[in-house]
Amino acid sequence: MSKKTINVPILARVEGEGALELDIENDKIKSLQLRIYEPPRYFEKFIEGRNSNDVIDIVARICGICPIAYQMSAAHAFESIFNVNPGSWVRDMRRVIYCGEWLQSHSLHIHLLAAPDFLGFSNAIEMAAKYPNEVKRGMKLQRLGNELIRMMGARSVHPVNVCVGGFYHAPTLSEVDIMLRKLRDAEADVVALIRWLATLELPQFPQDITFVSLKHPYEYPLNEGNLVSNKGLNVPISEYEKHFTEFHAVQSTALHSILDDKPYLVGPLSRLNLCYEQLPQKILDIIEEIGLKLPSMNMFDSIIARAIENYYAILEAVRILEHYSIPDSPRVTDIKPKAGEGFGCTEAPRGICWHHYETDDKGLVTKARIVPPTSQNQPRIEEDLILTLEKYGLKHSDDELRLMGEMVIRNYDPCISCSVHFLDMRVNRK
Amino acid sequence: MKPRVAVHKFSSCDGCQLAFINSGEALVTLSELVDIVHFAEAGPVDPEAKVDVAFIEGSVSTPDELERIKMIRENSKILITIGACATSGGLQALRNIAPDSKEWPAAIYAKPEVIESLKTATPISDHVKVDFQIWGCPVNAEQVFAAVRSLLFGVAPTVPSDSVCLECKRKGNVCTLVAKGVPCMGPVTKTGCGALCPSFGRDCYGCFGPSENPNTTSLGKRFEGFGLVKDEVSKRFLIINNNAPAFAEAGKHFKDEE
Repeated sequence: MSKKTINVPILARVEGEGALELDIENDKIKSLQLRIYEPPRYFEKFIEGRNSNDVIDIVARICGICPIAYQMSAAHAFESIFNVNPGSWVRDMRRVIYCGEWLQSHSLHIHLLAAPDFLGFSNAIEMAAKYPNEVKRGMKLQRLGNELIRMMGARSVHPVNVCVGGFYHAPTLSEVDIMLRKLRDAEADVVALIRWLATLELPQFPQDITFVSLKHPYEYPLNEGNLVSNKGLNVPISEYEKHFTEFHAVQSTALHSILDDKPYLVGPLSRLNLCYEQLPQKILDIIEEIGLKLPSMNMFDSIIARAIENYYAILEAVRILEHYSIPDSPRVTDIKPKAGEGFGCTEAPRGICWHHYETDDKGLVTKARIVPPTSQNQPRIEEDLILTLEKYGLKHSDDELRLMGEMVIRNYDPCISCSVHFLDMRVNRK
Repeated sequence: MKPRVAVHKFSSCDGCQLAFINSGEALVTLSELVDIVHFAEAGPVDPEAKVDVAFIEGSVSTPDELERIKMIRENSKILITIGACATSGGLQALRNIAPDSKEWPAAIYAKPEVIESLKTATPISDHVKVDFQIWGCPVNAEQVFAAVRSLLFGVAPTVPSDSVCLECKRKGNVCTLVAKGVPCMGPVTKTGCGALCPSFGRDCYGCFGPSENPNTTSLGKRFEGFGLVKDEVSKRFLIINNNAPAFAEAGKHFKDEE
């Protein structure tokens, strides 16, 4: 009987901190645990007693990389409680600020976190020496995403402009005009990015995956839609808890989620597989050109899915901003806070971010539940690790297994800090 | 030899590390000027490395973090905190003053006994000597890069500590507090963000912590004049930098008066 131990103490290039432990016995994976040791910060508790606009400022702090996702889900939940309809200008501009978050987060993940794996570098700075133009282009796209957030939110990390009913401030016509020019210029960059990623030799490991995303009748999902899956789920967001169960895995401070007792995937590949028909023709054309068959059951296509969504983010922001006008008021002001229960679910760069709040008659939060995307993906990551590592072959050296394990994990762009949660890999062989 | 730099994470949202990661070409330049030996999110991992400068993001909220910060202090010539969490404890320090925080783990986790978390979330300076603090939630990247540049030139870094109001005046903003009657924290909050909130027509909510000599009691009374009840005034102070002494005291003062 052979017994072996591999140890990866800190998983690099993920947001937040975690570790992986692998027990191998007779060339089979006996157990596998993705440990998350990001300290709990108890957001759901300390927002109790706060008013809705404070909550929007506070929940942004759950994640420095996707603060807008938390702000959007919270704003929608409170608007449903207070019966506020912010109208089409706000609806459009919320899509614009979200496009900025997708563009910066996806560009960060593609270039700084994921691509070095597929090209054999340990980080983006090393990769930049060999691929200076690609890295520069990626940083340019990331910067553009951040600029778009800044235009709408004053700063890209923890933007300050979102409130219940809309925005505190509307950008000026000249700011929008400058932004439009930059966005149109970036179209060639993002097309070049997609073509470049299509030349990478990505591992091919198709799996039976349950994909979950929001789906909207006439647009690619950002802020609104029903919860749908490729296995027949189609329910309003308020019914989330009837179908999805969170459980507490001992090794983790992130709660894990399952759908009908099975792991599921949220994020760019799920959205693309479930909603690609709603993409503009230009994007469908390039998907065809690079030969990507959808739905794709290969998790490693996630990096391409992110680039495709970058393209969408740019085109969608252009579509909206081309018709930009300054509104009478950027927000609904006569809001009467009241007691009630509301839900918000929006598409964070990493997948659905689900919020549930209850309020008292002053509109102060009495109860909150927040389900971030990474905790939903965690059981899926563990399942993928077992399938991919066994298929790859456990006879590979510990270093090779560690690298493949890290690639699998990073491919999900786990944003560990959001589940109020780090990676360290240990392989124990018997 | 190039100076050796590490970026360490404690309890936080990762947002302050983005000051480096979002800086694009400036990060590439930085990597030419210094050796970045530990920065897990960007790639290099060597948490026990001896360095010239360690940047710390996040507050101390677990038994492991208590040990880790002592080790990092021993391994670092200069230790700089970046952001509200590392500098004042951050939002999560709200649990330090919540009467029922003992029950929080059980309210969220099915197996609270496996959650390793201290009763408090505290700033780095509560545990080890801190050489320089950069405030903000998130930090302003310009202040972080200016600090690096100062250290490369061999001079002590500085950040301004006057209030957001002065920045607002320089920008020519209409005063949110006086002209709009909105409970703005600008008069008692350290400048550094660029007076973003008042520039967007809303109230400052104190991301950069207390300014020099803040008159918090007087400002709180002004808020009461706008119709805020004492609990609401207290909560204005007890948010992002709730554990910074001046804000903690003001928050308690108005809460106790209730």
